[in-house]
Amino acid sequence: MSEQTVRAPQTVTRKDRPRSENEEAYLEVQDLHVQFPTADGMVKAVQGLSYSLPLRRTLAIVGESGSGKSVSSMAVMGLHDTKTALITGSIKVGGTQIVGMSPQQLQKYRGADAAMIFQDPQSSLHPYFTIGDQIMESYRAHHNVSKSKAKARAIDMLGRVGIPNPTRRIDNYPHEFSGGMRQRAMIAMALVNDPKLLIADEPTTALDVTVQAQILDLISDLQRDFGSAVVFITHDLGVVAEIADDILVMYAGNAIEHGPVNKILGTPQHPYTWGLLESIPALSGEPQPLHPIPGTPPSLLAMPSGCAFHPRCEFRDRVPDDLCRTLKPDLVSRSADPGRASRCHLKDPDAVFQTDVLPRLP
Amino acid sequence: MLLYILRRVVSAISVVVITLVASFCLFFLAPSDPAGVICGPKCTPERLHDVETSLGFDQPPAEQLWLYMKGIVVGRDYESGGTVQHCSAPCLGYSYSLGQPVTKLLGQALPVTVSIVLGGAVVYLFVGVLAGTIAAQVRGTPLDRMVVGSTMVVSSIPYFVVAVLVALYATFLPHSEYHPFLDNPLLWATGLLAAWLTIGVTNAASYSRYSRASMIESLGQDFVRTARSKGISERRVVYRHGLRAALTPVATIFGIDLAFQLTGAIFTESIFGLPGLGLLSLRAFAKYDLPVLMGGVLVGAIVLVTMNLVVDIVYTFLDPRVRLG
Repeated sequence: MSEQTVRAPQTVTRKDRPRSENEEAYLEVQDLHVQFPTADGMVKAVQGLSYSLPLRRTLAIVGESGSGKSVSSMAVMGLHDTKTALITGSIKVGGTQIVGMSPQQLQKYRGADAAMIFQDPQSSLHPYFTIGDQIMESYRAHHNVSKSKAKARAIDMLGRVGIPNPTRRIDNYPHEFSGGMRQRAMIAMALVNDPKLLIADEPTTALDVTVQAQILDLISDLQRDFGSAVVFITHDLGVVAEIADDILVMYAGNAIEHGPVNKILGTPQHPYTWGLLESIPALSGEPQPLHPIPGTPPSLLAMPSGCAFHPRCEFRDRVPDDLCRTLKPDLVSRSADPGRASRCHLKDPDAVFQTDVLPRLP
Repeated sequence: MLLYILRRVVSAISVVVITLVASFCLFFLAPSDPAGVICGPKCTPERLHDVETSLGFDQPPAEQLWLYMKGIVVGRDYESGGTVQHCSAPCLGYSYSLGQPVTKLLGQALPVTVSIVLGGAVVYLFVGVLAGTIAAQVRGTPLDRMVVGSTMVVSSIPYFVVAVLVALYATFLPHSEYHPFLDNPLLWATGLLAAWLTIGVTNAASYSRYSRASMIESLGQDFVRTARSKGISERRVVYRHGLRAALTPVATIFGIDLAFQLTGAIFTESIFGLPGLGLLSLRAFAKYDLPVLMGGVLVGAIVLVTMNLVVDIVYTFLDPRVRLG
């Protein structure tokens, strides 16, 4: 068996859909900073994040807990309390600036233009209200319609997300639904207002694997039907390969690698992404010990100097002049391909990947 | 559900019966001389004997208990000096000191206590839950600290001190007296106002703390974030989604508190001179009026077990996940 056939990127099932130049970005994030002032100092959760996402395209944001993927998406949803979070930079959704919006404007925006699916549908749905009640509340928040019209819409949505017998199920409470059905209901609630931007924050983490696949398919199908842009937050690279067009790898509040999913997973250019791929256990072949990334993510209160990843990076010695410790690399294209970028000082990351990392991959 | 309630009612009745037997034993078997009390200072041996036989004190204790229990269910006849007095069910005996059926005395006192306690509850639930909710919303701000601080101050003062202070200084409040609600609702309300405020203020402190803690927990829940992401108004997020979930634990405490207040409003009633259950029991205690005390215990036991059952049933309406069975 050749190395090529067993490499992790082989899980890529989605057809490569190159991004055309004239596709207009629906979501455009520029130099986004999210900081939380605390008694111990400023927690720098997101430090200058930029990305753009056109309609009908899916961006996967990958990273460890605390890398800023959820915090940045909460900022896109306008869900941060402005009393506790300091947000600077620009977030444009359909051309409208979200940063600095008044609470009244944000209220109109949330749920209508952008909607969010949360991680654990068990705790994200209100236990005391029926499924129908919660979906109708979403719809009526943005549509001035009668209860019966909203109910018809809710039943329609439950049917579209694959809840059997929606007319009867609409009066159930969340605890009367199974985990997968709860997440379907959550998706129905998010899509009830036809949002053009859907943010899914680890929507399959709390579900078992067979249900995971169904939910992923459902999100893909609905994305096609609704023509929306999807931001998919996850730490499961298998899920990324299955659902995403683009991938954005985050580490300690920074984007460290960004580009089309097959390129990033096929020939990653950042040592952290290499580490992620090496941490995936192989299901076939000889059992081999995993190569976890040594150390722990840095504290967001006291970031390392230079490249945030350098204390854990095994390749930092290959960069001359101790540059990794002293200078923070930019997120720029490191190869002939302008469609991808990484944040690393290595001169020829592709060569390092081929000679040092690839042989170790399962 | 129905079966569950039936089972709970049966167990509630047995709790009441056991309480009754236990208190009967404590009161009637204690070295006391009820016949002597009734007979008075100018007692003759013949009269004393007459009193003893008419009330059944010459019978063995078990027989007396039986007569007492039977009286509750079917009523009882008292023979005194050749005349027969019928005490209809539920007969709890006659008050030694007042010479009236205990059932009638309790029937007069209970509405007073219920009026005091329920009116007070309206005040402290409204003030306490509102203050707690607002404090939770603005957690960490000076307003929050003010609410928390004042609840500490109020709950550090013993209850009867507050009651006495209100009685002494709040002279602008209408004079405390009891008028039945059905006779004149306005007089009923004004007469009880001082007592309501006293109960309200003192309990509002603890209720604002409960609801603040409960609300802080609830506002941190995922479903509140979901509600916010829907684009509904912040007020709707806080009150419909947050408060709704925060109220369940508060309701549990309220049920138990209510039961204790109904049985223990002695301070309020005696300081404001309102003829409720507490005052009745207090006077009976001073006169060693055993049947009245027994009646008070009985009512207290019934109130407690009923409130426990009511809380459990109400819970199924508050939280749809709870199923009784």
